[in-house]
Amino acid sequence: MADVTEVWVYLSASPLLFLTLTLAAFQAGTWLYDRTGRKPFLNPVLTAVILMVGLLLLSGTSYDTYFEGAQFVHFLLGPATVALAIPLYRQFDRVKRSALALVVSLLCGSLTAIGSAVALGWLMGASNQTLLALAPKSVTAPVAMGITEQLGGLPSLTAVLVILTGILGAVLGPPLLNLLRVRDDRARGLAMGTASHGIGTARALEASELAGAFSGLAMGLNALATAILLPILWRLFF
Amino acid sequence: MLSALTLILSCQLAGELLTRFLGLPVPGPVAGMVILFVLLALKGSVPSNVGAVADALLRNLALLFVPAGVGVMAHLGLIGQDLLPISVALIGSTLATIAVTALVMKRLARATSGENGDAPHG
Repeated sequence: MADVTEVWVYLSASPLLFLTLTLAAFQAGTWLYDRTGRKPFLNPVLTAVILMVGLLLLSGTSYDTYFEGAQFVHFLLGPATVALAIPLYRQFDRVKRSALALVVSLLCGSLTAIGSAVALGWLMGASNQTLLALAPKSVTAPVAMGITEQLGGLPSLTAVLVILTGILGAVLGPPLLNLLRVRDDRARGLAMGTASHGIGTARALEASELAGAFSGLAMGLNALATAILLPILWRLFF
Repeated sequence: MLSALTLILSCQLAGELLTRFLGLPVPGPVAGMVILFVLLALKGSVPSNVGAVADALLRNLALLFVPAGVGVMAHLGLIGQDLLPISVALIGSTLATIAVTALVMKRLARATSGENGDAPHG
């Protein structure tokens, strides 16, 4: 019979183990979420991430080793983003009818995201490097990292803040929208996508295809708006 | 199934090339989404196999963020000394952005489309 250590050495060198564990952790998160009547703070992404980080820390596994397996899941983000064209196409009549409202709301949201993040960080005494990473935090990761880098900030810190914002929006967004009595799925989707990019869009799609279509569109448009507005605003104020 | 996946990946590839060559400030996959949308609009309908593949991908969209999320935790040390300002800014700004966007849209959408969007939802 093989030694346990030998089996571990063999398994941890193959992508199979961490790919399987990633799927299993997400399944566990989904089970817990459904079992507890879909409590917002038991978001399956959050649970899966906490489970996986715990496992990696306990087993002394590096993120690079983990990613050898997890990259197959990560890769599908690209095609899934392209696939957002389908809900958008199916719901395009509704999008067209509220096009002007959509653009105005998106710009208000985009400016709020940048302005409130920088203002709150500044009031709390954050360093300039931190402010630069906070400013594009509502935008999808590759664009946010590009903006921060262009202004002389740290892309790696930006990536961390972007993902945290996504999870926060997915967890806090729906209860906040209920509290504000926003029942229109167009407004709900638009808000989720503007504030918390793809992770918010994943959450919006769970509610309805209409919310998902507005959210996916908001994610794309906010990336564009922030990439144009933020460098101009930053140079005005700093 | 395979042809639908090929179409989606081709749109992504075209999107990556387009953003690189033109220096557009959006990620390749977002440009790919626009390209696929234009193709669907030209065709006038969603081919059923493309719809099926897209729905399968999007049903599991949340799962796809897990590897990046795990990466965040691995780099949590980067937050360092600014933990409190970052926490306040992220939570406050995320709530403010969702509230402002939703409330402006709710007010304007009702005024412009004349449609009652307050349908029940899940």
